[in-house]
Amino acid sequence: MSDGSDFFDELSGHGTGPRAPYRAYASWFDGEDLKGLRKKSSEAEHFFRRTGITFNVYGQAEADERLIPFDIVPRILSAKEWARLTKGIEQRVRAINAFLHDIYHRQEILRAGRIPVDLIARNEAFLPQMIGVSPPGGIYTHIVGIDLVRTGENDFFVLEDNARTPSGVSYMLENRETMLQMFPELFSKVKVRPVSNYPAMLHRSLGACMPVNASRDETVAVLTPGIHNSAYFEHAFLADNMGVELVEGSDLRVKGGKICMRTTQGYRPVDVIYRRVDDEFLDPMNFNPDSLLGVPGIFDVYRAGGITIANAPGTGIADDKAIYSYMPDIVEFYTGEKAILQNVPTWRCSDPDALAHVLDNLSELVVKEVHGSGGYGMLVGPAASKKELAAFRAKLETKPGNYIAQPTLALSTVPILTKAGLAPRHVDLRPFALFSPRGVEITPGGLTRVALKKGSLVVNSSQGGGTKDTWVLEDDD
Amino acid sequence: MLGKTAGGLFWMFRYLERSENTARLIEAGFRIALTRPGGGEWQSVLQTAAARSAYEAKYEQVDAAQVVDFLLRDKDNPSSVLSSIATARQNARLVRTALTREVWEAVNDTYMLLKTRLARPVPDRDLPEVLALIRQQSALVRGTLHGSMLRNDVFDFSRLGTFLERADNTARILDVKYYVLLPSVTQVGSSLDNVQWETILRSVAGMRSYNWLHKGQITPMGIADFLIFDPRMPRSLKFAMSKIRTNLDMLEREYADRHACHETAERLDRQLQTGTVEAVFEDGLHEFLTSFLSETAQLGSEIEANYRFHG
Repeated sequence: MSDGSDFFDELSGHGTGPRAPYRAYASWFDGEDLKGLRKKSSEAEHFFRRTGITFNVYGQAEADERLIPFDIVPRILSAKEWARLTKGIEQRVRAINAFLHDIYHRQEILRAGRIPVDLIARNEAFLPQMIGVSPPGGIYTHIVGIDLVRTGENDFFVLEDNARTPSGVSYMLENRETMLQMFPELFSKVKVRPVSNYPAMLHRSLGACMPVNASRDETVAVLTPGIHNSAYFEHAFLADNMGVELVEGSDLRVKGGKICMRTTQGYRPVDVIYRRVDDEFLDPMNFNPDSLLGVPGIFDVYRAGGITIANAPGTGIADDKAIYSYMPDIVEFYTGEKAILQNVPTWRCSDPDALAHVLDNLSELVVKEVHGSGGYGMLVGPAASKKELAAFRAKLETKPGNYIAQPTLALSTVPILTKAGLAPRHVDLRPFALFSPRGVEITPGGLTRVALKKGSLVVNSSQGGGTKDTWVLEDDD
Repeated sequence: MLGKTAGGLFWMFRYLERSENTARLIEAGFRIALTRPGGGEWQSVLQTAAARSAYEAKYEQVDAAQVVDFLLRDKDNPSSVLSSIATARQNARLVRTALTREVWEAVNDTYMLLKTRLARPVPDRDLPEVLALIRQQSALVRGTLHGSMLRNDVFDFSRLGTFLERADNTARILDVKYYVLLPSVTQVGSSLDNVQWETILRSVAGMRSYNWLHKGQITPMGIADFLIFDPRMPRSLKFAMSKIRTNLDMLEREYADRHACHETAERLDRQLQTGTVEAVFEDGLHEFLTSFLSETAQLGSEIEANYRFHG
């Protein structure tokens, strides 16, 4: 836990007045009164509920649709900071794609001995069915979310890559909508780069990856597990804003070598599926036979070039936490350049020396499950009780290969609005990158997640995190 | 449009219409219970709301407060106002991509508002206000539909759901009370019959319209004519069926395709265009209504099958 003073605060730096990107905002803020802002804050909540920007909590009754708390103080990045980040993200996205292509074809990186064979061969996220399959346009990861954290003026780290079905983009868009509605005058004072064309960009980007035998209409659809999925709102939101159909597995079937959707006028072909269904559930004939969410035979159509699936099946091998620790090597291997974005130093507990180090320093480290996500199954050493530490120690000793450990990063803070006024809270950032034969496109900003609890370093919404609007300034002056 | 989406729209608007109709029935029952002490209209209200067997499975006696609660907010009653709104909203979530933001927000607001307002049993003194709220919210959703939606297949399926439910509801109201409209058992002017007739007219919010059109002359044939054949009355069978036909015709044009449901709707519509209340009374009101109800049910299944709501 922290008292706030050892951390880089993005608004005030190390306490010497507002940093340049926040100056215009801070002067606006000084003219506002706390009570009025608090009122706006509760209006925002009403706005979110009304729009239905809620998520369902797994295992809870339908009645429990939760809101992810929204904080009205924006997180601001300068044009210069953003330019550097985008270079790093683009490099990383290209490297991830090259890696995926290689790993499912010639496996040069394994032959070169740059990463251990076992790491791939014995990895659950590796999908043998994808070996030798070339996705349309050569694109594996059409949509990537790169989670970044900051520890100082110039220190950004990649915390993890999300190369399967990164979520949260609807919050990025709705957060901005909410801010525009609540503080129109603010946006005339501060020039912020817009984000609202993301759905159009996504549609264009997916449309640029048509399969070889695409139908005349070049139809795109979003595949959702259904209304009870925690991210259903986002699936509906994206389909709606792209102007395409939102389909479930039960709306689709294989007909004449194409995937077709059942419409009021009969079956119509679909060419590109932006799926928000995990690999495992995509096709009961090829993967998990118990899945009711997928489309029987879709993978066969895919292999025959009849449909584009975004992201491609098997991309999980690129965002696995054990692979993560090799990302600097991967970037260098495929791009021939040093990685622009730094990795967080990572101990792979499968290595006995690393395990020994981790066990000796457990109370200072963050330990994560290799295949975990959402902030579940992780240990934040400095915040853990003796009992929790002992329990984790036992887990590490029994199954070391299941864990990685990282130093506890001094995550930067951005203020949130509390009853008592502004108070610093830790944040991360998930920018969204689109990749197609047209190139890499990155929406300015992304989703800022914020740990609402004082001192907490866990920003996940499932663990009490909230979100903020993220601004990238048009220009720095 | 996906078949599933068409089905979602159809059922969303059926359930919205149902919630409004149920609220009206409660309103009629409540009003009569207040003004005619001892007037046991709750049983027929339950029957009209197609909730009698569900009610009897839960309660032994017909008790005013219990009936109101059952019809208003009981989760065990799939047609209660609250259940209907929840189902409508569930369908709205399913078809969100087909709705404008205004329509979605109106439905979602309605659900959130009523969920809160109906969280606990509603005491008699609050009942008028709650029923008024339900009416207002229905009007709001309808208004957003009319004011913001494209006139395409999305609109047509929404309207089909509304009018099929309405035709069904009006026919049921008449059928539950058909015996008081039969000439043989009618003693004009008896106070019992006046209560029954008032119930019918109030259940369709048609008391004032009827009086205005018929100069206060309440007769069985007048009421039956009003609810079956009057093209000006928005809850009459003729009105509803002609709307159903219009919307099916628009679908036929948009899709350039004609189905069994078009034939059925055309036949039912023609029947109402050419029929007279005298002929209906001659051939038997009950028989007419029974046949109408089963034919609209058939029409509903044909629409579902012809437009591939399900696999």
